[in-house]
Amino acid sequence: MANLIKIKRGLNIPVNGRPIEMIGTSVLPAEFALIPEYYHGVTPKLLVKEGDDVKAGTPVFYEKQFPGMNFVSPVSGKIKTINRGERRRIISVIIQSDDKMTYETFEKSDLPALSADEVIAKIQQAGLWCFIKQRPYDVIADPTKTPKAIFISAFDSAPLAPNNDYVMSAQMSDFQTGIDALSKIAKIHLGIRAGKKSPFQQVKNVEQTVYEGPHPAGNVGVQINHINPVNKGEVVWTISPQDVLFIGRFFNKNVVDLSRTVALTGPCIKSPQYYQTVVGANIENLIQGKIKSCTSHRFISGNVLTGIKVAGNGFLDPYATQITVLEEGNNIHELVGWGMPRFRKFSVSRTYFTAIFETKLIRKLFGNMKYKWDTRLLGGKRAIIMSGEYDKVLPMDIYPEFLFKAMIAGNIDKMEALGAYEIAPEDVALCEFVCTSKLPLQQIVRNSLDIMKKELE
Amino acid sequence: MSNNLRKFVDKLKPHFSKGGKFEKLHSVFDGFETFLFVPNTTSKNGTHIHDAIDSKRTMIMVVMALVPALLFGMFNVGYQHYIAIGQEAGFWDMFLFGLLAVLPIVVVSYVVGLGIEFIVAQIKGHEIQEGFLVTGFLIPLIVPVDTPLWMVAVATAFAVIFAKEVFGGTGMNIFNVALVTRAFLFFAYPTFMSGDTVWVRTSTTFGLGAGAPVDTYSGATALGQVATAATQNVQLTGITGNPIGFWDGFIGLIPGSVGETSVIAILIGAAILLFTGVASWKTMFSVFAGGALMALVFNLFGPDTAAAHFPWYNHLVFGGFAFGAVFMATDPVTSARTEKGKWIYGALIGAMAIIIRVLNPGYPEGMMLAILLMNIFAPLIDYYVVEANIKRRLKRAGNK
Repeated sequence: MANLIKIKRGLNIPVNGRPIEMIGTSVLPAEFALIPEYYHGVTPKLLVKEGDDVKAGTPVFYEKQFPGMNFVSPVSGKIKTINRGERRRIISVIIQSDDKMTYETFEKSDLPALSADEVIAKIQQAGLWCFIKQRPYDVIADPTKTPKAIFISAFDSAPLAPNNDYVMSAQMSDFQTGIDALSKIAKIHLGIRAGKKSPFQQVKNVEQTVYEGPHPAGNVGVQINHINPVNKGEVVWTISPQDVLFIGRFFNKNVVDLSRTVALTGPCIKSPQYYQTVVGANIENLIQGKIKSCTSHRFISGNVLTGIKVAGNGFLDPYATQITVLEEGNNIHELVGWGMPRFRKFSVSRTYFTAIFETKLIRKLFGNMKYKWDTRLLGGKRAIIMSGEYDKVLPMDIYPEFLFKAMIAGNIDKMEALGAYEIAPEDVALCEFVCTSKLPLQQIVRNSLDIMKKELE
Repeated sequence: MSNNLRKFVDKLKPHFSKGGKFEKLHSVFDGFETFLFVPNTTSKNGTHIHDAIDSKRTMIMVVMALVPALLFGMFNVGYQHYIAIGQEAGFWDMFLFGLLAVLPIVVVSYVVGLGIEFIVAQIKGHEIQEGFLVTGFLIPLIVPVDTPLWMVAVATAFAVIFAKEVFGGTGMNIFNVALVTRAFLFFAYPTFMSGDTVWVRTSTTFGLGAGAPVDTYSGATALGQVATAATQNVQLTGITGNPIGFWDGFIGLIPGSVGETSVIAILIGAAILLFTGVASWKTMFSVFAGGALMALVFNLFGPDTAAAHFPWYNHLVFGGFAFGAVFMATDPVTSARTEKGKWIYGALIGAMAIIIRVLNPGYPEGMMLAILLMNIFAPLIDYYVVEANIKRRLKRAGNK
């Protein structure tokens, strides 16, 4: 029986627009994009030029520091445009799909006979390395450093997140192959949600741990902190379960098949459900006709806490397993909001009525409250005033407020001492959500991790 | 109404923006705009949705929690006045007298404090912060009703500038701003802040309540009587010599600073603060616990003075103890910020307040000094709590 870890601190935000378990039909878009910015910290060196033909799996660019680390085209077609910004920095590589989906063929590999180094080299060559990230710093893993363990969280506890049990149940053999490949490199910890029967319980070659509790229980960072925290000088790798499928498919079929199931979610979606698409797809025809009308929409590649804001015809980021659409809200002018009851506003603080609406009795009598969500900050930015807010939603052995203050002050020694190695921006997303002072905490953490990496490596 | 108001604000806005006629008043305009309308700034990156709490909502909860103490204080000012001059008066007469006596202090405190806040915001080019909404409300509640208005103005200005703005504004201050105001008054104008004559207004207010104090009148507070008592067991009296005890202190119809006398009104405020979660119950509870325990120790083992043998339960209801515990010690900015630290911080405030009351006859009231003293130590307490976490992390790394 797997170990059970109960997580008490955290928060499940009741956003409406949860996907029903059904896969809708959608036509693949004509355009796909590789956007270097989405692979944090990568310096791309181009391997193609405009007009080149590519197949699914053809390298488009590689990382300057590690020449073997390819980033590949998700579909077959033509390189349509290469958009560059200041100092010829590559902003995006747009690929025009030919709708045929022909795959680059890779040399057949006998997985049981491969060594760890060979597995690493093959994953890099196939362009799948970008899905493996590392702590510290939450960047694409450095393939030259051996991790002490690899952590995978089988469930996503973020608001409206896709149910991996449903999405992946038919693909467990690919998942197992992916696990087998990765387990050659280091021991794998698999985090599973408590309570439900899950196909992940059958996975072998891993150490399973069961987690119970609210978001961020499904965040791999929280799981690492509870089982095997990252100390100075140590490295752990992380990968999300849907991305393990890519590695599994690669070793099973010798092709790079970046197709994945994404959940189309959020208050502004007419009927939230799942759709089949491919990494880097243009989201325009996926969302077409499926959104409710309102003055302006916010399209998010990812979830409401950590996702990336994209345009209505923008591209899915490589790590996203869901698309969330909600109201932008910049046209709303609420009169004296600070003094109003604001029944439809959600707050963990009891200065609103949320706490009463969320009691069992009221929910039983009147059903679940439907809160109104939009992307406003709902307040002005201030210095940190309230204490203890962050601790309630960060279930780690860390003093978040003091860590953030060290980060704001740029004190690297303090960051190190207070646990910056263990933390990633996504772990502090809930802190940012509840912050009375409306501080951009994920940004603060991201910038500080970058500074630390630069100074210490 | 809301739409027309919005149109009006939108029409004015260009004049106050960069390049407009009143560019210099941008912060003030912005302050009023965000006061009227929730800012519609949206998130650019990071979390796309936010909790509806903001610092305005937080501050307004504290102000609401202070209202019972203010209203009771106004009534009590009138009540004490009419008793002192030996006249019968109805409830509304008393309240009106108190209202007219206290309101000018409220106005002066707000005008001076917010004025400075507006100017500093404009110079620094940042938003007007709402911290002073609470401070400005606290100041009238912790001064004697007879404090001259100009003194309130000078003290408020000193506190806002030197205890807050020089440190960087709301959230950056080391000392509780309202208490610095009180401390400034206490040390700069001691004759107006202590003694037997300042706690009850015996003169008229805007022509109301004319009359001379009765012969038996004495305006000493309970703690003042304890400090000057010659015998070990002192019988507390009200302002006309009537004996008073614990329940009089609890209800609060006794002389004292405007808002501090009624424990009932303070506890209503405490309930609001604790229910909304704006104040920490750990801090609040541990101040009372620390104070009670320390007073009990003096009761049992203390020197043979009246202060040491003042019953521990009386220590909690007389003077500014309850007010300080509920509204001052729990100020999140100047208090300890770690959960463990809050226990220590609160308990030390309670204990220190009683130690000052008992051992230093020059200071019948120790709450203000105890909180200011612990304001200094709060970062140190947090330092050791956080240091323990750091050590744990280093040890964990060493064990591998």
